Amino acid sequence: MSTAEAPDEDRRDFLYIATGAVGAVGAAALAIPLIDQMNPSASVLALASIEVDLSPIEVGQSITVKWRGNPVIIRHRTAKEIEEAKAVNIADLPDPIARNANVADGSEATDVNRVVDGKEQYLVQMGVCTHLGCVPIGNEGEYDGWFCPCHGSHYDTAGRIRKGPAPENLPVPEYKYLSDAKIQIG
Amino acid sequence: MSGHSTYNPTNPVMKWVDDRLPLPRLMYDSFVSYPVPRNLNYWYTFGGILMIMMVSQIITGIVLVMHYTPHVDMAFDSVEHIRRNVNFGNVLQKWHAVGASFFFIAVYIHIARGMYYGSYKAPREILWMLGVAIFLIMMATGFMGYVLPWGQMSFWGAKVITNLFSAVPFFGEAIVTWLWGGFSVDNATLQRFFSLHYLLPFVLVGVVILHVWALHVTGQGNPTGVEVKSGQDTLAFTPFATVKDAFALSVFFIVFTAFVFFAPDYLGHSINYEEANPLVTPEHIVPEWYYLPFYAILRAVPDKLLGVVAMFGSILVWFILPWLDTSKVRSATYRPIFKQLFWLLMIDFFILGVVGANPPEGWWITVGQIATVYYFAHFLILLPLVGLLETPKPLPSSISDAVLAKNADKQPAAQPAE
Ligand code: HEM
Ligand code: FES
Repeated sequence: MSTAEAPDEDRRDFLYIATGAVGAVGAAALAIPLIDQMNPSASVLALASIEVDLSPIEVGQSITVKWRGNPVIIRHRTAKEIEEAKAVNIADLPDPIARNANVADGSEATDVNRVVDGKEQYLVQMGVCTHLGCVPIGNEGEYDGWFCPCHGSHYDTAGRIRKGPAPENLPVPEYKYLSDAKIQIG
Repeated sequence: MSGHSTYNPTNPVMKWVDDRLPLPRLMYDSFVSYPVPRNLNYWYTFGGILMIMMVSQIITGIVLVMHYTPHVDMAFDSVEHIRRNVNFGNVLQKWHAVGASFFFIAVYIHIARGMYYGSYKAPREILWMLGVAIFLIMMATGFMGYVLPWGQMSFWGAKVITNLFSAVPFFGEAIVTWLWGGFSVDNATLQRFFSLHYLLPFVLVGVVILHVWALHVTGQGNPTGVEVKSGQDTLAFTPFATVKDAFALSVFFIVFTAFVFFAPDYLGHSINYEEANPLVTPEHIVPEWYYLPFYAILRAVPDKLLGVVAMFGSILVWFILPWLDTSKVRSATYRPIFKQLFWLLMIDFFILGVVGANPPEGWWITVGQIATVYYFAHFLILLPLVGLLETPKPLPSSISDAVLAKNADKQPAAQPAE
């Protein structure tokens, strides 16, 4: 301690900054696992796809299946419902985007963009209201489609939002036809 | 803690401890010799009641965890098991569930007391802001606790409330998935809510300690809003305030236990006796009664993001209340116009509660929107203006003067009756 008269300022500054830098990197490295552990785990991600046979669904009937913890609504639409959905002017829709994972991002919310061309009778969509996540009830509401009882959102026969607080159309999950009447969701 | 300590232990053991760790002194100075204004009324007993309710929730909660199972397949049944099989489980479970409601009754009275008597004004701003933080932690704790029994209302309440975060621009979806630990409210969600529901009450204890510390630094306010000026204005905490608090607590507990034993489900929703079903939303979902006014504000705004902002804003605005209220006079007793505005706000808040309990249809929407606008107008427009425009009544020169004047008023009136 006898050399204390001339402290080595550069050395102290270096130690100060180096310690701070190691501390900051360490804190960030610790924060990442602590935060990321809350994201979906591998087992949740693994439950990613299901197969559904559409043939037992009669015209005018709907079924609900569970996919990744959420209800998926599959409806065999009547000719009248399809016609109603087609007759809508896109400009009148609160959400003019298809919200269909199987068509290009940002496609127009036409009826055909909500289903698979040639399979227009089958509407496959998430039963999760885009407002706050309740399950909309079928054959209800002012547009013959779905009505969400939680805060009053009305969806039409193509699952597009028409009235109420929900901002978007019901999302169409990723799915494909394995055969004529069998689909795989996810 | 303000002023000099008068602790002078006669017991040698206490003296020995006090010389090494002055904990006995801290307790003595805070809860025995601590001077409180002599004119405190019963509205000032709710802080003490809240302390006891917090301890009551923690004790019953720890006991419930000994029998509860946080898993989607077993949670509902395990709460039924507590109600039916565990010795005294029925009482303990009701005590905790009804206790949450009474905790909120006490906190609403406590907050209203603060607003009426201007308790948030200088130098008690931090004391008040800590109180707002306590209220937010209580809301989070109650919300997560309500999810644990995994009934229909538990599930759908959790889903709707966590989905509020989907309103956040750009990151909304990612935040919600992160909160859930999946693509929907599911087992991962239940387990983390359980973990946090166990943690937050202890965080609450920490913030409450800060709240009481701040209280003992500034000293307690009182119904006149005039600061303590001399020893004549105060009494020792024990026995005077202790007994008053204990009496109020007894009355509060008589009402509370009456609900526990005779109407345990009165404040709840019967739909929560149905197990959670992720595929079916109940006809009418509503949060617990103590969230209703804020739920009404959420639904009053037709836009998703703005609705969420309004809901959080309606509580966060309390943080700046000390600066929104421009009046130098604290107590509503001496502020004729403010006093009326206070009661209008109470009515408005009650109306919001009723709107929150009803479906968002027809004229309920309009009523909710008017009440929401009034709520914000009260804080952001009326309070700053009234403080500047109103002429307050003359203040008493000291607390003891106010007490004497009140007693002098009473004497002649009492005589003819004899
Ligand atoms: C800040 C204080 C607390 C509040 C406001 C609170 C609130 C609640 C609420 C509203 C419920 C739902 C009651 C029901 O419907 O059955 C609940 C349940 C539960 N709480 Fe708490 N709680 C608090 C403290 C605690 C603590 C400290 C623990 C454990 C250490 C705990 C453990 C539990 C358990 C295990 C349940 C589920 C069992 C049941 O439903 O009865 N709570 N809590
Ligand atoms: S969740 Fe469907 S309208 Fe709010």
